[in-house]
Amino acid sequence: MTVTDDKPYAATDSHSWTGRLRGRIFGTFPPEKLLPEDQPEYVASWIYVFGVATIAALVFLIVTGLVLTLRGPAWYHVSSLGHFVNSMHLWSVELFFMFMVVHLWGKFWMAAWRGGRAMTWITGGFCFLASIGTAFTGYVIQTNFDSQWISTQAKDGLNSVGIGAWFNVLDLGQMLLFHVALLPLAVGVIVLWHILLVRKHGVVPPLDAVDGDSLDHQLADSDDQLVTAVPNQPNAQTSDTQEMTS
Amino acid sequence: MTATQTPPRGSGHARTGKGAQDLARRPWAGGKRSYDIVKELVIALVVVGLVATALSLLFSSPDDPSITMKSWATAAPSDLVSTAAQELAGTSGVAGYGPPYNSTPDVAQKIGPISLQELAGVRIPIDTATDFVIRPLQQMPESAATTAAIGVWTAASADQQAKWAGDYADAIAAAPDGDYTKAATGTYGPVPALCAAVLDASTQGAYDGVLQAQGRFYNTDYTFPLLFLADGTYLEDQARAQHLGGDQWGMTNETGSYPGQSWLWLYTFWYQIDPFASSDNADSLVWALMMVLTLGLILLPFIPGLRSIPRWIPVHRLIWREYYRDHPKGGRE
Amino acid sequence: MLASTFLPLLASGLNQPAHYLTWGPVQISVANFVVILVMIVLFVLALVLPFPKGRKRP
Repeated sequence: MTVTDDKPYAATDSHSWTGRLRGRIFGTFPPEKLLPEDQPEYVASWIYVFGVATIAALVFLIVTGLVLTLRGPAWYHVSSLGHFVNSMHLWSVELFFMFMVVHLWGKFWMAAWRGGRAMTWITGGFCFLASIGTAFTGYVIQTNFDSQWISTQAKDGLNSVGIGAWFNVLDLGQMLLFHVALLPLAVGVIVLWHILLVRKHGVVPPLDAVDGDSLDHQLADSDDQLVTAVPNQPNAQTSDTQEMTS
Repeated sequence: MTATQTPPRGSGHARTGKGAQDLARRPWAGGKRSYDIVKELVIALVVVGLVATALSLLFSSPDDPSITMKSWATAAPSDLVSTAAQELAGTSGVAGYGPPYNSTPDVAQKIGPISLQELAGVRIPIDTATDFVIRPLQQMPESAATTAAIGVWTAASADQQAKWAGDYADAIAAAPDGDYTKAATGTYGPVPALCAAVLDASTQGAYDGVLQAQGRFYNTDYTFPLLFLADGTYLEDQARAQHLGGDQWGMTNETGSYPGQSWLWLYTFWYQIDPFASSDNADSLVWALMMVLTLGLILLPFIPGLRSIPRWIPVHRLIWREYYRDHPKGGRE
Repeated sequence: MLASTFLPLLASGLNQPAHYLTWGPVQISVANFVVILVMIVLFVLALVLPFPKGRKRP
């Protein structure tokens, strides 16, 4: 359920699919949410930069990847410029995963799935998995010794669970198209969904946060049995009687 | 609980924690700070761009050249000849692989009683003798000797073929240094001639093309040459020399001294230890295990205990220390 | 081209056999170890380094 006062975007008078879709989209994502100029005061730690750092690395992956597609998969073997672009692509992959994992660590320790943000965590997990798959197809299309070894090894894992014939890592043509078209599209869609969810729900408040009205100090998970074992209970009674103003 | 408020679930000992849940769900009504999301992205792009460029200029990237049939024939001719003999004998890795390449019984990997490999069926049918040796030889200009050898081979029974080729492969293995030129003489039929033809064509650089093209003009599918290559020991020897073998954490490694794929650490970890290390079903078991662990990661918000670790080990006190300092009544002591 | 003169001077560094650190069943290349170390350092620094104070908004 989205709490919003963006009445201008509510499609109360829509009379068409288009109108209703417009209302839903802009009701959920008013411009101020998509491109805000402020954020909650608690977003004040360097740990918060690793999401956007991951995105930045992804941008470089896409840009360098597009340059590599311009001259084909064998270009970087024979051109110094091509080799440099390939290096940028490879180091962007290393940075991409480094930043993504640090981002994941941060989000775990913040229990960032709270407050209806389970899908944000789940889409984030799928970003990770889709990225691993995309990176893997990249490694098998290098058209060098490494790709010969990786593909002939990986085929065993895939064949053992029956998907090797459909996802034939020895088929360069198929793997090229997977890496350049199919999987980047999948990654792009999941990443976009993940980012939109962050914009929709906002950055998760601190554990035990108070923004003015809440008198509760317990975990956000309604069926979490641990709640009663949490050792901060002594404060709870006294906080009930405090007048909280925002 | 005060009389002035009617919090539906406000008291500290709320049974369900829905007060905090509401706070986390609703838009933040507390203090705000200035934020420039566009500037943040631009700065990230500049910083990441600079770092990636510096790393690329300093370290470049690896590009070890492919092994070709020609380079294999030149560097390890006995291995190539031996592999060709095994393909003819039906004793090579691919020949005994099972699905998707053939229907060799009782070799497919299982997870418990279920064999997904078997269920998938033979989707990329390969007859190693025909596909890796006989047909490629026929698709090249043949010497009279090779034509004759192919004739003798195709006229023989399957048992005779297997005996000739199996005995020849064994003889090479038993020869000093595995040197095919020192294999004991015996009754191998046309097999030595066929293998010599493969070696000869490979040395000249002709075999790469015919094995890969499979009679087509355009073929971007390298299944045949890669499988043939992987059936030998030369490819694996080169890989193991660079710690790329499965039991060397190879999945995480890269050629040269470059960083590899460290994010695959958990996937490859299982291959390093028993029971997986010595299991015939290692691949399928590791996949199954990783699927379960992956589900655990994805569904973490719903797993009691695991999702409470951030509360038990309060790293968040560091992250939000300024907030807790400014709002002591809101946080824990 | 600048690249063809510049690159060979710098780029030979990592094109040599890797060194491995071993600890029980764990074998890790120096390069991967450095990557993981950098990640841990970045994480710890992100937690402890002070973040610039922002302008408060009403």
